[in-house]
Amino acid sequence: MSAVFEQIFQVGFLAAIIRIATPLAFATLGEMFSERAGVLNLGIEGIMLLCAMTGFTAASLSGNLWLGVLAAVLTGMLMSALHALFTVALGLSQHVCGIGVTLFSSGLAYFLYRLIFGQQSVPPSIKGFETLPIPVLSDIPVLGPAVFNQFTLVYLAIIAIPLAAFVLYRTPWGLSVRMVGENPRAADSAGVSVMATRFQAVILGGALMGLAGAFLSMAQFNAFTFGVVSGRGWVAIALVVFGRWDPWRSAGAALLFAFVDALQLRMQASGLGHIPYEAFLMLPFIFTIIAMAFMSRNAVAPSALLKPFRKEER
Amino acid sequence: MFRLEVRSSTPAWFNLALPLLAIAVTLILCSGLIALAGAGVLESYGVMFTASLGDSYAITETLVRAAPMIFTGLAVAVAFRAKFWNIGAEGQLLAGAVASCFVGAIPMPGPLAMLLMAVAGAAAGAAVALVPATLRVRFKVDDVVSSLLLNSVIYYALMALIEGPWKDSFSGYPISPPIEDSANFPVLIEGTRLHLGVVVALIAAPLIWFLIARTTLGFRIRVTGENPEAARYGGIHVERVLLSTALLSGALAGLAGVGEVGGVHFQVMSDISPGYGYSGIVVAMLARLNPLGVVPAAIFLAAVMTGAEAMSRATGVPAFLSDVIQGTALLAMLVALLFTAYRIRRVGAAS
Repeated sequence: MSAVFEQIFQVGFLAAIIRIATPLAFATLGEMFSERAGVLNLGIEGIMLLCAMTGFTAASLSGNLWLGVLAAVLTGMLMSALHALFTVALGLSQHVCGIGVTLFSSGLAYFLYRLIFGQQSVPPSIKGFETLPIPVLSDIPVLGPAVFNQFTLVYLAIIAIPLAAFVLYRTPWGLSVRMVGENPRAADSAGVSVMATRFQAVILGGALMGLAGAFLSMAQFNAFTFGVVSGRGWVAIALVVFGRWDPWRSAGAALLFAFVDALQLRMQASGLGHIPYEAFLMLPFIFTIIAMAFMSRNAVAPSALLKPFRKEER
Repeated sequence: MFRLEVRSSTPAWFNLALPLLAIAVTLILCSGLIALAGAGVLESYGVMFTASLGDSYAITETLVRAAPMIFTGLAVAVAFRAKFWNIGAEGQLLAGAVASCFVGAIPMPGPLAMLLMAVAGAAAGAAVALVPATLRVRFKVDDVVSSLLLNSVIYYALMALIEGPWKDSFSGYPISPPIEDSANFPVLIEGTRLHLGVVVALIAAPLIWFLIARTTLGFRIRVTGENPEAARYGGIHVERVLLSTALLSGALAGLAGVGEVGGVHFQVMSDISPGYGYSGIVVAMLARLNPLGVVPAAIFLAAVMTGAEAMSRATGVPAFLSDVIQGTALLAMLVALLFTAYRIRRVGAAS
């Protein structure tokens, strides 16, 4: 057991946690914005995959990684706008549409990738992002090299968390988002456009999902494979619930899951422990399901989640 | 001028017209991708059709692929009728596959093994589906998210089995040991893969239709879905109906897994289902939640999947087109369903 603890406090291990947490933090914040406005986006799994693909492709063809990030973000915005069109504008059921968006986006990702790159025995890869040490801060012992010698996208994720909290809790737009997610009728009476606000929140969420996808194919794996997302979208769905729809808690949940995941990877690599690694991967889902049972009593979920809003119906 | 009006009822021919419309729109939209790949649209769809439905062997292959989607389609249709939002057919299928594989590996007379495999698979699927239903009934937990998340739990449990106790120590492959030869479902037509499970799936659809349309339980399921308040007022125990629906739905999804183990793969591996649980949602929506409609809807998706591989070989269009068609068909169908809620009426210029 002491061997395990020694591993935990290694710089490499801490850095791995941060790296694993980054795409989850983006995705979780993205899903959170969408759900706070009352729109469950089950398209996240497919959207992240398509974004990873377009980001990788754009970076690979142009040779510019940031162009890849831009492509991924725009893809995320476009696909989530599609989800919003169906669920917000047309008022179709959110869960079925979300599954539709996931099936469509992942199918499109596979199709276009195969069309552009063909079938190759070794999947094409790119020279992904390199770590960017922040002067002075990266010299702090242990924490410095683990947190401040990372990819730029990691820093962006670290900034995104307080920024998301600020936007959600301290700006008029954030108030509108929370209003249309809790009580769209009241928001409408107060002069807030429910439809516009929901569209904006879902599309902002999609942009964040795009960053998550970009990180996977351009910083973490430096390639696009069909398993590049492998359920991380569903993990984000769980983490939003586990983080009680709050940016800080959701990011904390992402970090906690990343810790469990990194621990699992270490144990697999070192052959330590006899618990199957799948048991660790199951944990966020099981904990979330249990947490949902306890949380339902104090109703922390946005009240209007899953409910379409039609202005003319009184 | 045109305006939207709320519709009070829909004519019966909509049940056929809307899915056909959705499929037509899907094929037109996806023809853009075929053109993008530089192939002829009609040629590609032509190859797709002949390779999946063009001769009797192709038809048997398509039916073999349709069978699990008939079961998951029925599972979703039954659940959605009661507004039990079961997104977990994928996990229930996997649970059914694992349970039936476990039973099928025990030496016993063939017919008994097949029967017990079906019972075990259905029970496992039902048990999984009971979790989100119980959470909803007891704790008011949203069934969409809980049933979806359970898919990942079951998937990792399956992986733990085939990479742990079930792993073949000789080959090292993460696959389960095979079921007994005597437990392999009999092939009905020599030289094809058409197995007993396909026929069971085809029979299950009218049986479930009968259950939904003609029995007391079916009536309770429909009323619970359409108007739970009225159901309660009419003395229906809504919670109990939801739990029964979950058991039925999960059992059907579990049977999808049984068929794949007993009739197709004879063992369990990580990719035993290429998302048949999610396809079940597409099938059920195309069928307008009618169990009889599930059969043609599942055959359509199966034909697209089987045909896509041949199309890819002949024209170079990536076979993943079938995945795009599946997603597009679901979204197109959802939009088409708006016609059941609204109608477009021409309004005179004077008014």
